[in-house]
Amino acid sequence: MSTRSRELVNLFMVGILGTAAFGSAWIARANRVSADGLVDVAVIAAVFLAAHVVVRKTAPRADPTLLPLAALLTALGLTVNYRLDPADGKKQAVWVAVGILAFAATLVLLRFDYRILEQYRYLFGVSAIGLLLLPSVPGLGQRVNGVRLWIHVGGLQFQPGEIAKLFLVLFLAGYLREKREVLAQGRLKDLGPLLAIWGAAMLVLLQTSDLGSALLYFGVFLGMVYVATGRLTYVVGGGALFLGGSAALYTALTRVQERVTIWLSPWTDHRIYCPLNGQLDYRQNCQSYQLVKSLYSIAHGGFGGTGIGRETTTTLAGTPLIPELNTDFVFSAIAQGLGLIGAAGLVLAFMVLVARGMRVALIAQDGFSKLLATGLAFGLALQTFIIIGGVLRVVPLTGITLPFVSYGGSSILANFVGLALLMLVSHRARITSETR
Amino acid sequence: MNRQILRLSGVALILLTTLVAASTYWQTWARADLAAKQDNAIQRVAQFSIRRGAITTGGRLLAGNTRRFVDGRALYFRRYPLGPLTAHVVGYSTASRARTGLEKSLNDYLTASNESLSTIVDRSLDQLRGKPIRGNDVRLTLNLRAQKAALDALGTKCGAVVALDPRNGAVKVLASAPSFDPNLAENHFSAYNRVTADCKPAAPLIDRATAGLYPPGSTFKVVTAAAALESKKFTPDSVFHDPGFCVEYGKPVHNFADQNGPEVFGTIQLHDALVHSVNSVFCNIGKTLGALPILRQAERFGFYAPPPLETPVDERRGSGLYEHGTLYFPKRDSQVDPGRLAFGQERMLVTPLQMAMVAATIGMGGVEMQPYVVSRIVSPTGKTILESEPTTLGRAVSQDTATAIQDMMIDVVRRGTGTAVQLSGLRIGGKTGTAETSIPGRNTTWFICFAGPDDGSSPHLAVAVVLEDQTLTGGATAAPIARQVIEALLPGTGNP
Repeated sequence: MSTRSRELVNLFMVGILGTAAFGSAWIARANRVSADGLVDVAVIAAVFLAAHVVVRKTAPRADPTLLPLAALLTALGLTVNYRLDPADGKKQAVWVAVGILAFAATLVLLRFDYRILEQYRYLFGVSAIGLLLLPSVPGLGQRVNGVRLWIHVGGLQFQPGEIAKLFLVLFLAGYLREKREVLAQGRLKDLGPLLAIWGAAMLVLLQTSDLGSALLYFGVFLGMVYVATGRLTYVVGGGALFLGGSAALYTALTRVQERVTIWLSPWTDHRIYCPLNGQLDYRQNCQSYQLVKSLYSIAHGGFGGTGIGRETTTTLAGTPLIPELNTDFVFSAIAQGLGLIGAAGLVLAFMVLVARGMRVALIAQDGFSKLLATGLAFGLALQTFIIIGGVLRVVPLTGITLPFVSYGGSSILANFVGLALLMLVSHRARITSETR
Repeated sequence: MNRQILRLSGVALILLTTLVAASTYWQTWARADLAAKQDNAIQRVAQFSIRRGAITTGGRLLAGNTRRFVDGRALYFRRYPLGPLTAHVVGYSTASRARTGLEKSLNDYLTASNESLSTIVDRSLDQLRGKPIRGNDVRLTLNLRAQKAALDALGTKCGAVVALDPRNGAVKVLASAPSFDPNLAENHFSAYNRVTADCKPAAPLIDRATAGLYPPGSTFKVVTAAAALESKKFTPDSVFHDPGFCVEYGKPVHNFADQNGPEVFGTIQLHDALVHSVNSVFCNIGKTLGALPILRQAERFGFYAPPPLETPVDERRGSGLYEHGTLYFPKRDSQVDPGRLAFGQERMLVTPLQMAMVAATIGMGGVEMQPYVVSRIVSPTGKTILESEPTTLGRAVSQDTATAIQDMMIDVVRRGTGTAVQLSGLRIGGKTGTAETSIPGRNTTWFICFAGPDDGSSPHLAVAVVLEDQTLTGGATAAPIARQVIEALLPGTGNP
C-alpha cells in the first residue's frame, strides 16, 4: 500500500473516532438522536480529505501518520469546543478550514524546495520580534486576563505570538545550521546575532508577562542548540542561566511569585488575604481558583470518564464552573469526559506525533531540515508539557494553548503551517534516502 | 546530529510520560480526596445527575424527583408531594444547602453509592448503558393517616407526637409542629423564618420529636417508680403520708396546685400516688433512693444517649440531666437534688421519642425494642437490599415491676389524671405530665401511654405527646391528642 493510501486509511479511522465523539456531544447538546449532526462531521471530513489530496500532489512520500494524528487532535478539540459552546465550536471549525487552507498553501508554495526558507532566516528572526511586539502597539493590542497577547484588527482577534513561534524555529534552524561548527568549537562571539534576537524575544515575552511562551521558547532554544552543537555545556549553561533568571524574576515579578505559590499550595486550611477581591478567603476560592476547579474536573472523570456530553461543567443554574475551559483548561474538560483512558490516549497521540516528528529529523539529510524538524517536534512536545503539566500541577500553570485542541484561530493556523513544514521535510527526506 | 536528536526525543517522551503519570494520580489516587473537598462544586452538581431513590410509606410517595435539562444533561431535582407532613423525618436534599433527615443519613443508599454487591452491579450496568444512575428506594414504617391526625391535632401548637409499635419498635408517627414545606428549601429557605406558631421563635426546622428537649414533669415518675420497685425498698402497696408538700433542704415543695391550693392526699399507697401524681410521695422516694439509682434506671431505659433511629445522629438528642447544654451524669448523689429529680424537675430534659420508648417498654413487660422508621430498602430492580428486623435493646425493668407500673398507668386512665384517653375495647395505660415554669401559661405538658386490645395481649401502640407553652395540664391538653392518634392507629374502637 502506498504511503498516501495508508494515510487515507488512518484518516478514515480517525473519522470513525471523531464521528463517535462528536455524535455524543451533538446528541447531548440537542437532546435528541438524529443524523443532523453528521452534516457538521461531513464538512470537517471533507476539509481533511482535501488536505489529503493536496499532500498526494505535493508531498506524496511524507509520513502517513502526521496528518491523521493532527486530524484526531483537531476532531477532539472541535468536539470539546462544540460540547462547551456550539457557537465556539462552529467558529473553531471555520478556523480549522482556514488552517487547512494555510497548510495546503504552504505545501503548494514550498513543494519544490522548502529550503529556500533558510535564506530568509534573519528576516524570520526580526519579524518574530516584530510580531511579538504587535500586541504592545497602542490601539492594536488587547489585554486578556492580564496578559498582552492579542491584537485586534477589525472584528478579528489574533495572537501573533503563535506565528512568531514558527518564525523563531525557522530562524534558529537556519542560523544554527550555518554556525553550528563554530558554535561547537565554543567560539562565543558567533553567538551575537543569536543572543540578540533571542534576548529580544525573551524580553518582549517577559514584558507582556507571557511566561508560558517564554518557557517554551527557552526550552526549544536550548534543545535546538544542543542538537546543533552536541555540547551539553550549552544546555547546562543555559539551564543555569534559566535558574538564575527565574530566581531574579521570582523576586522581581509578583506574577511569577503568585504562580509559584499557587503551584506549591493551591489549598489553604484557613482564610488568607485575597488580592483579587480584597477580602479574606481560602486560596482555593481566590488565586488558585482556576487550577483547583480544573483539578476537580479531572478527578471527576476518574478512570473511564463521564462520557462526552455528560461532563459537569456548569452549576445547576447553567453558569460555568471552570474558567477558560476551552482554551488553557481544555485538557481538564477532556479528562473529565473521557477519563484517564481518554487523557492518556490524548497524551499518547501527542507522543506519537512528537516521535514521528523526531523520526523525520533523524532521516532528514541536511542540517537545516534536521534542525527544523527537531524544533517543530520538540516545540510541540514542550508546549503540550507546559500546558497539560500546568493543569495537572506538575509545573506552575502558565496559560498557553494545547496544540490543535484548544480554541483559538491563531494557534490552529500556526500549528497547521508547522505540520505542513514537517511533512515537506519528511517527504524530501524519504525521497532522497530512497534515490541514494 | 542524530545522537542528539535521539536524546532530545527521549527527553520529550519522558516529559509527556510524566503527564500520563500525573493524570493517573489525580484520576485514581487523589480522586476521592478531591471529591470530598468542601469547595468541589462539580461533585455537588454531579449528585443531581443521579436519579435519587424514592422515599415512600404505605405506597405513598414522600420524596420523588422531577427531571430538568441543564447544559445538555438530565438533572434530577427532589420534590416532596406531601410537603410538611413528614418533613422532619424525610428531610430535604438540595444543591444550596446541606441535606437533612433521611435524605442525609441514607444518602448513600438513595444515590446508589452504598457498597452492597447488587447495588454495585446495577450501578455499573446503568453506567455502561449510559443510563442515569438510579438510587435505591426507601420504604418507611410511618402511618400517614396517624401522622396527619397528629399534625392536625397539634394545629398551631408547638410540640411533637411520637407513636411506635412496642412489639417491634416500628415508628408509626413522628410529628413535630410547626412543620415546614421541604419543597421551599432550595430557593425559598427564608420562608421558614416567617413560619408562625403559638411559640416564639417557631423554629420549624427543629425535629421536636427526636431533638426537642423538654422537662419531663410527672411523666418521669414512671422512671422513678421503676427505680423504686427495682430497688426492692418499695412495693406498689408501700404507704406514705402526704401533707401536701415535701420538705427539701428545709423548704416545703408543694404538690400540684389548683384554684383550691395544693392538693393534699393524706395517707396514700405508691400505686395511687402515681395514679394521682402526688409530688410529695415521689419526692420522699427520691430522697430515700438517692439520685444515682434513679438516673441509672433512666439509663436502662435508654437515657444518656440519642435513641437509635435511622435519622442523622445530630438530629436526635439524648435525654438526661443537662448542664451547660450537654448531658451530665453526676458522680455523687449530693450533686443532684434527688427529691425534685424524682418527680421530673431538676435539670432533667427528655425527648418525646425517649418517653415513647419508656411507655412502650412498660407496656411490653420491661423489654425495650429498638425503634426504626425504615422498613426496607429496595434496589431499582426490586431486590431487597436491607430489611429492618425487630431488635431488642434489652430489659429495662423486671416483668413484675413492669406489670405493677402497667396497673398504675391503667388506673391513671381509668380514674386518675388521664381519663381523657379512655376508649372502649382498648387497654390503655398512661401518665400525664405538667412541667411548670415560673411564667404562667408557659407549662410544658405531656402525655405518654401504651394502648392495645383488651384481651391480655401485648400493647400495639405507645404514644408520647408533648406541648409547649400550655396553660392547662397534660391531662387536659396532651391526652386528647394522644387519643386521636390512638383512634387513627387502632381503628374499630368506639368512644366510651
